[in-house]
Amino acid sequence: MNGKYEAVIGLEVHAQMLTQSKAFCACTTTFGNGPNHNTCPVCLGMPGVLPVLNRKLVEYILAMGLATNCSITQRSVFARKNYFYPDLPKGYQISQYEDPICQFGHLDVELNDGTVKHIGITRIHMEEDAGKLVHDMHVDTLVDVNRCGVPLIEIVSEPDMHTSHEAYQYLSMIKQIVTYLGICDGNMEEGSLRCDANVSVRLRGTDKLGTRTEVKNLNSFRNVERALEYEIARQIALIEDGGRVVQETLIWDADRNVALSMRSKEEAHDYRYFPDPDLVPVVVSDAWIERVRAELPELPQKRRDRFVADFHLPKYDADILTLERPLAEYYETAAGCLSAKNPETFKAVSNWVMTDVLRAVKESNITIADFPVTPAHLSAMVNLITEGTISGKIAKDVFEEMLAGGEAPMAIVQRKGLVQISDTGAIEAIINEILAANAAQVEQYRAGKTQVFGFFVGAAMKAMKGKANPNIVNALLKKKLDV
Amino acid sequence: MSVTLQDVDKIARLARLEFHDEEKETITHQMNDILTHIEKLNELDTSMVEPLSHVIELSNVFREDVVKPSLPPEEALRNAPSSVDTFFTVPKVIG
Repeated sequence: MNGKYEAVIGLEVHAQMLTQSKAFCACTTTFGNGPNHNTCPVCLGMPGVLPVLNRKLVEYILAMGLATNCSITQRSVFARKNYFYPDLPKGYQISQYEDPICQFGHLDVELNDGTVKHIGITRIHMEEDAGKLVHDMHVDTLVDVNRCGVPLIEIVSEPDMHTSHEAYQYLSMIKQIVTYLGICDGNMEEGSLRCDANVSVRLRGTDKLGTRTEVKNLNSFRNVERALEYEIARQIALIEDGGRVVQETLIWDADRNVALSMRSKEEAHDYRYFPDPDLVPVVVSDAWIERVRAELPELPQKRRDRFVADFHLPKYDADILTLERPLAEYYETAAGCLSAKNPETFKAVSNWVMTDVLRAVKESNITIADFPVTPAHLSAMVNLITEGTISGKIAKDVFEEMLAGGEAPMAIVQRKGLVQISDTGAIEAIINEILAANAAQVEQYRAGKTQVFGFFVGAAMKAMKGKANPNIVNALLKKKLDV
Repeated sequence: MSVTLQDVDKIARLARLEFHDEEKETITHQMNDILTHIEKLNELDTSMVEPLSHVIELSNVFREDVVKPSLPPEEALRNAPSSVDTFFTVPKVIG
């Protein structure tokens, strides 16, 4: 970025809550049902109906508020946000305006250079989603209100971010927290997590905020970074050319890599918020807050730090293992099943999880929860390596067998006769044969061409079908060749 | 505080309503009359009174997160002036 300028970024993140039923009626939130199959008089906006709040939505937003260091508003109310658009049959969206349920929070976000950035959270409030419009070749627009009334929380940050990287890291952390809490599936591509950004630029060293634009439709992490970089560069170029930034809403076009103005719709919004008379206030007692706090799972940063402390893992490993809660649980269960618990075995399990397990999960396109190799089996396999029953190389084959059939590692080792040979006498006999049969190579080695050592190792392993203990093979070969 | 013709235009636009010029005149007068009448309330000192959002002293009315059957789509669409399959249809809005 141009060093003369500083960008100022605030994010508004919408997260769709994983409730079974909608926010204010008992219709299902299931995605993918036929158009208008998940509707009732409440979410259709029929006159005279009465919305009733889903208790779980309150539970979920309280968990999010506490996880992001917010203070909980004792008495909060719902408001009507009035506007006309066909995706909203009532003519207003139920939201919160004054006195949102969570306020004044913050996250300490880690950046790639290792520094920690404090990012304020202005508010988190409850609201309902709107319906879906289908514009196709028809003359008319098609309306599906299945999504109307699906519960959302909106997380509004302070304008505390200054680079696209900071915004990316903040959003990643929000995603990690909502998925750890189990309140949102965090899928940006499918719209369960959505992000809009407010962006302005100013001369570095000045306090006054520049005119901001709002960039919408950032439906992937990559788009967030790209759109912010695009918009920051656009605003700087505009100012450098003597122009002025106009306050407007832009839509990110990911295919063309540009942010397009929504000028036509920019006619000053006037939402005329007022308290919704249909919904009574939500009063949250201290006891309720404390119960939700007590039920919070261990949060990602804390778990990461504990992995470093308890399992003596490098921070790099702990970061990857705790990125998603199911993976962290997989690792932790596996580590707990080890027969010898020490930094070496903990690291060995970590290596298996970070490479072979994650690769297999990715290739088979399944979740860790459905992974055929259970954590107990993985650590049983590491136990076999630690005890010297199988070599690390054989373990790779055992792992493939476990992947294919879900069998226990010991059963595979016995069935396929893979037990490692650590019998020094047997190995020595083979080595003697090999050295005798390859006198020329022995001469080369003793003449200083030490790279032929690998040839002897390979020959010995081949003769013993890969089952020889490689440490013993190496030691014996050295002993015999280096006389 | 008094309502101008521009205010009436704006409110009408927000409500998607259209009026003739005479109607707007009438509405402007009527709205001013209403506001003047309400103005009476300003004679009271309410500086120590919390704004009232609800007239009933009730809070925390919840439902449990339990799904109940939705309407059959043909029921949901029964009042719709126009529909295609199980979609409502409206005049084309530009995305």
